[in-house]
Amino acid sequence: MNNTAIEICTLIIENHECGGRADQTILEVAEENGIFIPTLCRLSGLSNIGACRMCLVEVKGMNKLMPACVTKVQEGMVVTVNNERLAEHRRLALEMLFSERNHICSVCVTNGHCDLQFLAQKLGVNHITMPYIHPLMPVDASHPRFLADHNRCILCTRCVRVCQEVEGAHTWDIMGRGTKARVITDLNRPWGESESCTGCGKCVQVCPTGALSEKGQAAGEMLKRRTFLPYLSMMREVGK
Amino acid sequence: MPTITIDPVTRIEGHSKITLQLDDHGDVQEARFHVTQVRGFEKLCEGRPFTEMPALMARICGICPTSHLLASSKACDDIMAVRIPETAEKLRRIMNLAQIIQSHALSFFYLSSPDFLLGMDSDPAERNILGVIAKHPEMARDGIRLRQFGQRVLETLGGKRVHPGWIVPGGVSHPLQADQRDLILSELPEAIQITRRALRWFKGQIESFRAEVRSFANFPSMFLAMANDHNEFSAYNGWLRFIDTNLNIVADHITGTDYQNYIGESCNDDSYLKSTYYKPLGLHDGMYRVGPLARLNMCQSAGTPQADEELAEFRELERHSVLSSFYYHYARLIEILFSIERMETLLNDSEILGKNVRAHASPNNFEGVGILEAPRGTLIHHYRIDQNGLIESANMVIATGHNNLAINHGVLQVARQFVRGKKLEQGMLNRVEAVVRTFDPCLSCSTHAAGAMPLDIQLLGADGEIIDRLRR
Repeated sequence: MNNTAIEICTLIIENHECGGRADQTILEVAEENGIFIPTLCRLSGLSNIGACRMCLVEVKGMNKLMPACVTKVQEGMVVTVNNERLAEHRRLALEMLFSERNHICSVCVTNGHCDLQFLAQKLGVNHITMPYIHPLMPVDASHPRFLADHNRCILCTRCVRVCQEVEGAHTWDIMGRGTKARVITDLNRPWGESESCTGCGKCVQVCPTGALSEKGQAAGEMLKRRTFLPYLSMMREVGK
Repeated sequence: MPTITIDPVTRIEGHSKITLQLDDHGDVQEARFHVTQVRGFEKLCEGRPFTEMPALMARICGICPTSHLLASSKACDDIMAVRIPETAEKLRRIMNLAQIIQSHALSFFYLSSPDFLLGMDSDPAERNILGVIAKHPEMARDGIRLRQFGQRVLETLGGKRVHPGWIVPGGVSHPLQADQRDLILSELPEAIQITRRALRWFKGQIESFRAEVRSFANFPSMFLAMANDHNEFSAYNGWLRFIDTNLNIVADHITGTDYQNYIGESCNDDSYLKSTYYKPLGLHDGMYRVGPLARLNMCQSAGTPQADEELAEFRELERHSVLSSFYYHYARLIEILFSIERMETLLNDSEILGKNVRAHASPNNFEGVGILEAPRGTLIHHYRIDQNGLIESANMVIATGHNNLAINHGVLQVARQFVRGKKLEQGMLNRVEAVVRTFDPCLSCSTHAAGAMPLDIQLLGADGEIIDRLRR
């Protein structure tokens, strides 16, 4: 145990008075208090990057919206989680994810178990109001056990983070910018030829969509098993 | 030269039109059936993992998704080089039978019965299923109930009525439960009663449709359907066989590996639907028909008691094969009866609740072909994959494509018989549409070729003379 004094803050989230440690994020405190904030790129056990903009919240006195997963709580903060402006921002961000690549739920291996699909249903995204880009994206099937289908990737980088932070291989990374950005293995070599990949499959399990999946699965059959992550996180804490 | 255009053709699945060319006396010279929609699944599946094919191909159609699901899964079994567990095969056969029941019920009761019940010449505004509900509610109720039965079986097994899952490469995804089986068994007797009632009624009506029987695509042609060792009706397992008008075997034991030696495909410049033909005889002479009529002409027995009785009576219609396409409707009802009876046999099989329902394997062949008897006829899915299991190319031969030459021929025959250009009546044109309906074409299912459409550009001078011509 270290001897630093724990600083406690009190704040208001969605009209609830909450208390949390100063090193906690708004999202963590909200979850401890049973307040739902939608998330997509975030996965407990991995570092937070605030990329998907699902967890945007309003903080009283600040003009811009703050991502709850990377914003630390402060004494006297007043946080709004749900209002029409936030709902509109979240829907817009989701719509852009859907329009950017080719997400065809009906034939997807994770149909019915997909974080993106779940969130779209939860947040009422039943139409995509902007035009689809329909990019021609490749499927990397070179790995003997796994598939990478870039049509279904939302660039959340969960695979990049789990591979670097938990497995320690850092096989995955991001190449390119904007709509041309893509997750790659090694220096953009086919996954099956990657020398750093240990074949552990953690990236497949943490992937929120059907972008990374096990081979041989039919539509809707790819269930993601993520129980290893809290376990490994706990062991890491014990080891400190 | 005056042209009559029937656009759109109504009460069929998909979009099409018919053009009739008349001579100066108002007699029909030429008739063409044009399919005006394109789907392109052969192209858009390229690059996808082969394991995704069944779910993807099922999206070709909302009426017969199960047929594509099954043919696609069979092609994937072939790619994996597995023999699926016996229980899985029986469960797949039940799905196929349920598909045949619901699709045939749709064709007969919803799409074609308005012609029989309200008359070919009746007011087109009422000549539809709503008109049937108003005038013959008991018949409409029977049709809806029968289709509901087929759909409920699909839903019970596959989880959904439209685009069910469950059937996967290597078998089915999970075993059948006893309560599901009992639920289906409890609904069988009513389905049989409805079918028998419809058969009795339709047989009584045939006499009043003599002119239609005579002219509705009634001509000699070959027939193609699935066959097996016992010459029994078969819709899931077996090989393909061509027979001629006299029931002689023209070609036999055709399998996925050599079907392309027998079945040729030709693109048309005025329709998105390809025409298939018996390759050894060429496009001009190689016309054949598939579907219920072909299947009943092909088999010697149905293998179930009530369907066998009906089949014997059906075969009495002609000395050799039954040639009038009007009898497709009759054949459809007999097939419904067969499907319900066979479903009962399969559900009472001691192995049907078996737990071993799926074979697992990586791809072992670079090519796979799945052949199935869909409600409208023989369905072929043929995939080629790369070394990683991604689809390189797909070829699909759809029942409606097999029938395309016969449909065109039939349209011409009916038009010549009934259409007099000088004085047009709705009933005449309805008969031209009705002959198309006998084949129950599914056009949404059948137009997938991309990039190979023929192109013929003619540069004409003021006097109509061809100055230049560009062909692809």
